Amino acid sequence: MSFPWANHYEPKHPVMQWLDSRLPLPRLVYNSVGAGYPVPRNINYMYNFGVLAGVALVIQIITGVVLAMHFSAHVSTAFNSVEHIMRNVNSGWLIRYVHMNGASFFFIVVYFHIFRGLYYGSYKAPREIVWMLGVVIFLLMMATAFMGYVLPWGQMSFWGAQVITSLFSAIPLVGEAIRTWLVGGFAPDNATLTRFFSLHYLLPFVILGVVILKIWALHIPGSTNPTGVEVQGPQDTLPFHPYFTAKDFVGICVYLMLFSAFVFFMPNALGHPDNYIPANPLSTPAHIVPEWYFWPFYAILRAFTIDFLWIPAKLWGVIAMFASILLLFFLPWLDTSRVKSTAYRPMYRIWFWVLIVNLIVLSICGGAPAEEPYVRLSQIASAYYFAHFLIILPLLSFIEKPLPLPNSIAESVLGKKADHTGSATGLPGGAAAAPAE
Amino acid sequence: MVRLFGFGAGLVFVIALLVAAVLPRDAVPEDPIKKIHLYPRDAQWQHDGPMGLGVFGTFDRAQLQRGFQVYKEVCSACHGMNQIAFRNLSALGFSDAEVKALARSKEVPSINPQTGEPATRPALPSDRFPDPFPNETTARLANNNALPPDLSLIVKARPDGQRYVYSLLTGYDKAPPKGFETPAGLHFNPYFHSVNIAMARPLNDGQIEYADGTKATTDQMAKDVTAFLRWASEPELEVRRQTGVATMIFLAILTLLAYLTYRKVWAGVKH
Repeated sequence: MSFPWANHYEPKHPVMQWLDSRLPLPRLVYNSVGAGYPVPRNINYMYNFGVLAGVALVIQIITGVVLAMHFSAHVSTAFNSVEHIMRNVNSGWLIRYVHMNGASFFFIVVYFHIFRGLYYGSYKAPREIVWMLGVVIFLLMMATAFMGYVLPWGQMSFWGAQVITSLFSAIPLVGEAIRTWLVGGFAPDNATLTRFFSLHYLLPFVILGVVILKIWALHIPGSTNPTGVEVQGPQDTLPFHPYFTAKDFVGICVYLMLFSAFVFFMPNALGHPDNYIPANPLSTPAHIVPEWYFWPFYAILRAFTIDFLWIPAKLWGVIAMFASILLLFFLPWLDTSRVKSTAYRPMYRIWFWVLIVNLIVLSICGGAPAEEPYVRLSQIASAYYFAHFLIILPLLSFIEKPLPLPNSIAESVLGKKADHTGSATGLPGGAAAAPAE
Repeated sequence: MVRLFGFGAGLVFVIALLVAAVLPRDAVPEDPIKKIHLYPRDAQWQHDGPMGLGVFGTFDRAQLQRGFQVYKEVCSACHGMNQIAFRNLSALGFSDAEVKALARSKEVPSINPQTGEPATRPALPSDRFPDPFPNETTARLANNNALPPDLSLIVKARPDGQRYVYSLLTGYDKAPPKGFETPAGLHFNPYFHSVNIAMARPLNDGQIEYADGTKATTDQMAKDVTAFLRWASEPELEVRRQTGVATMIFLAILTLLAYLTYRKVWAGVKH
């Protein structure tokens, strides 16, 4: 795994030697997140978000398992069992608020992680599968978060389930049948709640499995880095431990502080007040909105207001919403520029920031009621979203003249006189500067 | 191939969206309610803490007790609080004996142990507040077909809920604008989403006599009962903030140590 100059695991203690020859688990840890994994020395704090996403996932699983001990998955008791957790379970309010805000923070972290990947070309060869597994995780997260939001069986739970499951009814001919099958009836009811609870418990472990695959795939070429130049030799890397464990720990601490500020001082700021009203199938809320992390996609869904090419507007919206995420799978082949890092792509850099602003506009539109000027704004912003990935990005690769790249990571960090032995860093020198395997 | 297909798909999406964007819109008649409806007005409580930041504030126990009195003597005629048990009232500063007495003053449904017939018994501290109506139908019959919402979570269940409850309770003296007619059986209140609310003005100056002698103005009662309802919605508020402050101090020190460790580990390493 990884680079030929990686440190080798040599257990010193007899117990560890005994264990290593029978179950080499410490060796696996050493090679994946220990001193045996060389990492480009110049990665910046934006590269913390991968580890942070792992931390967020673990927090969600631990709090989720405890919540499931007290939750009652039935339409007549779900809402009250959540209030029971908030009021009667020891520290139940803390566990639930951590889980609730943890979902939002998981998405914040993952959005930063995705945009870091977009900026530094982390989806390009040889990391296409790493990127695609990331998109799989993102889709699984969205499904998990949506089903989790339904579980407290408040007003937004119920009506969110109603709106999102009705998307499937837009499929021609079989749509209604599929929807009835998914929901377990003609409207969300107990059958929906129990299956969502079951899947909400299952999917995080599926995510965990895909995360392991993703780390496995990542550790073959290793991380990208802000120069976009691949690692060439030991002078370009530092071992993960202690260098990046120390750096990631700073990131984790800062993350936990921001997270705690929400959990302890504004726990409901990211939620919708209507979800503290028990679900009532006979009373529709004035504005049905999903959680904030779905707003850009909700805006794309609602942006299609006309029947076009004999396809009804609703079906257009559903196709576009799914396409907006699925197109990320094809990103490695849509962008053919050989330069990875946007720092050396003067034209793409502008479009990247336009995309960020565009997504903020889409989020605002997705959270706003469906009225002018938001509808028109969301149409223009959605058009840009598709144009960005499907038209501008492929064309840019032909037009753009990238800036000159540094010859190596070491050169960009240490200046022209790169120390090729790496002895200044206390690394074992003299290893052949072979390309990564 | 991927690029060609993507280009085509992208073009179709962009055209569909831009055509929809340039099409003229049907004129939407402006909702007259929107102009009259008011956002909840500003008010401060002790538990909002310094500058209303909500970091340090604790509940004013006397205010909570007054608020509970308002709820008991006014609101509870129509509004239930089915998440709150009498035992929870000890958090308001009532002694165990007082909580027992408060519980005993209410009857809850029960079963006669001799005959098995439905009966009632005096409530115990472990009982929740009994609902004022046995079911939705009787509640609507008694309230001009409106359903008084349960108040256990009302502050969390409305946007800017604390100010909203306070504004709604004190918003009845506002006169409707000229030419605006409130339908029969409803009452004008600009803080309600439809500005016509089924609940009649619940609080009037001097309506109740506070046990602690505070003058019971409408504003005072509204403020007190809002504080009580905030507590009912978030009984964990004080312990949550205290835990939060301790957690933040811990994390601040940990962050500092983590940063110093990072500096030490990376000392002399260019990156």
